[in-house]
Amino acid sequence: MFLKKIALVGAVSALMASTAYAGCGLTSGSVRILSNDFPALHAVAAGAEACAGGGVEVSKNQTTEHKDLQVAALTSNPAQYTTAVVANSSIVPLLNGDLIRPLDDLVAKHGQGLQKTQLVTIDGKVMAIAFMANAQHLWVRDDILAKAGVSAPTTYEEVLAASKAIRDAGIMEYPFAMNTKSGWNLGEEFVNMYMGTGADMFVPGTAEVAINNDHGVATLNMLKSLMEYSNPDFLTFDSNATQALWEGGELAIANMWGSRGGAVLDDEGSTEEVTSNTRLIGAPTWGNGSTPASTLWWDGFTISKNISDEDAEATFVAMLNGISTEMVKANNDKAVWLIDGYMPGRAAEGISATASAGAPPYPMMPFMGALHTALGNELSDFLQGKESAEQALADVEAAYNAAAKEQGYLK
Amino acid sequence: MKHRTFLWFILPSLSAMVLFIALPIVSVFVQSLFVAHDQVLIVTENCGPFGCKQATTVDQEATRALKESAPLGKYNGFATYTNRGHLAFAEITEAWRSSDGVSTFLSQVLNLPFYRAVAFTLAYTFVVTPFVILLGLAVALGVNALPRAIKGPTIFVSLLPMIVTPLIGSLILFWMIDARGLIGATLQIVFDDPDLSLKASPTLTWITLFVYGVWHSAPFSFIVFYAGLQTVPQDTVEAAMIDGASRWQRIRYVVVPYMAPLVTFITLMQLMDNFRVFEPIVGFSAQASATSLSYIIYSDLRGGDTQLFGSAAATSMLTILGVAVLLTPVLIRTWREFNRKPV
Repeated sequence: MFLKKIALVGAVSALMASTAYAGCGLTSGSVRILSNDFPALHAVAAGAEACAGGGVEVSKNQTTEHKDLQVAALTSNPAQYTTAVVANSSIVPLLNGDLIRPLDDLVAKHGQGLQKTQLVTIDGKVMAIAFMANAQHLWVRDDILAKAGVSAPTTYEEVLAASKAIRDAGIMEYPFAMNTKSGWNLGEEFVNMYMGTGADMFVPGTAEVAINNDHGVATLNMLKSLMEYSNPDFLTFDSNATQALWEGGELAIANMWGSRGGAVLDDEGSTEEVTSNTRLIGAPTWGNGSTPASTLWWDGFTISKNISDEDAEATFVAMLNGISTEMVKANNDKAVWLIDGYMPGRAAEGISATASAGAPPYPMMPFMGALHTALGNELSDFLQGKESAEQALADVEAAYNAAAKEQGYLK
Repeated sequence: MKHRTFLWFILPSLSAMVLFIALPIVSVFVQSLFVAHDQVLIVTENCGPFGCKQATTVDQEATRALKESAPLGKYNGFATYTNRGHLAFAEITEAWRSSDGVSTFLSQVLNLPFYRAVAFTLAYTFVVTPFVILLGLAVALGVNALPRAIKGPTIFVSLLPMIVTPLIGSLILFWMIDARGLIGATLQIVFDDPDLSLKASPTLTWITLFVYGVWHSAPFSFIVFYAGLQTVPQDTVEAAMIDGASRWQRIRYVVVPYMAPLVTFITLMQLMDNFRVFEPIVGFSAQASATSLSYIIYSDLRGGDTQLFGSAAATSMLTILGVAVLLTPVLIRTWREFNRKPV
């Protein structure tokens, strides 16, 4: 029996290797993947690993620490990884360090199946292939909104009104939440809200920050008004915390990542009452603006500069196999894919509504990270009521200037 | 021992110390004097899944030559030490000039990230250290008086807080103090306040972190004191008993003086340990209300997409300086005691 099992496993893996070989058409090369660690990326890496065999080696390192590994790992020559899977913020250090290669030749040779929108171009050169999208947008509980007699909000003013109605009806004391944990999450909420004003975050063409103005004050005041309806623990809320609150049925309206949709709407961790009444809708506008107060994010792969052309080509082909239409069909609900063959489900509705309403992409500027960190560290005093909005913005500007000077963006 | 023999005797540990302690510190110091090169910015058109946009990027060609000629970066001297993220001389001067009283001046100083971190770090160090010593001594005296049969299990249980990894321990407690957690819900009932949350207000967050610190470190001082108690000379204790000393008097006049050197030792270790408080801040998600020097180093290195090595290095050097200042009184005391002893 044991031997039979071994033989069977051997036969299956031989079969898989041979089909993969036929599928990828590679004869040699080394593919080494560095990426973040969540189910959608596991599916992509598994697709790339199917190309292993026949002289092609595929290895992977999927870790939430990828951002801190990537620069050092790609600086060495040859680079430790042939591809780094990035998002629009984490590609910036790779671009700044000149660590990834243009992909135009590989796209021309192998990329016939790619959509034009998947090509991320910087200064006319393709630098990454995007394959999935994400954004923060509103989540609503239809049953609770109906009980309070309000309709699903489309602006943050309506979010405030609906939250008040729910509180006044005695249904929930704190019906609203967003990811406001001090640090990266809080910075992201400010960026999202500020985008709703339509104003620029930097003086165009320079690294000078431009948020210390009326738009910034209005943004902070809106965040503070929303926090009136959020649990007092809000400065500790990250995605895991808000997802748990949502699945526990303790929220009626929330601003959360679309990528959490699959995990909430599945039949684990929550009740039928919550999941069947949960609806993911577009990010709201506010202050009579027309831009949704959110930023669009993509995940995509890049190819390291410090590797041989042979490895680069093998990596490109293997990663294309990882983001193939077949992979999407098998993993349709794990992400909002940008790939041909994707059938948007319930979990994707929020992101596609946000994107089609014209939300801007997260700013891919070299100095955006410094501003994001400054926002995340300096805004909690204001939200706790310890300082004025003007003081908080002045602090952000000062912290940003110090960091940007150290990074060489400001003199 | 001859000097020559002594040198050979100490050489292995000396070289290990130079290699693993002195050289890294020198390297961090050198790093703290440099910042990144000036970046040449250009405006380009970037496209992605959500359309095209004019954006500012770094001109790689122009900055490459600079980077290759000086890979360490641009020499900045001590400017990183004095910028807003650290000692903030300019901001302090400005605050002193513009504020009309000590309290407004202090509130402006505590608005600066470095001083805010120093404030919490010092408060944590000076609150937690004495409590750890007192609690550790009390537990050691209690355990020492137990019958032999239950001593072993009691010691094991008392050591548990120290065995748990700090990050895990603080995460577990973080969940327990949640409004829906065991401790959080109990406190709400005890204080009859349904809105009571240990995570919401800065004061309660500080107290939570102090309590965690004492809980985590007390077993260390307990086990040191317990070991010390085993060596207390029994004839002195018995002599005191014959003289009619109560249990409290025996502890006060025999046991505690005997264990004074251990108190110095624990104070030394705890001052160093508590001054680099870090894990509970991460575990309790407390960075909105409490940051420490170690936390701002972490934030420089891990907060964003790009690391601020110069800034982190400067904070590290200032932390070393802080530890040195803090330990000096204790070390001077130890040195005097050492010299007083007949050789």
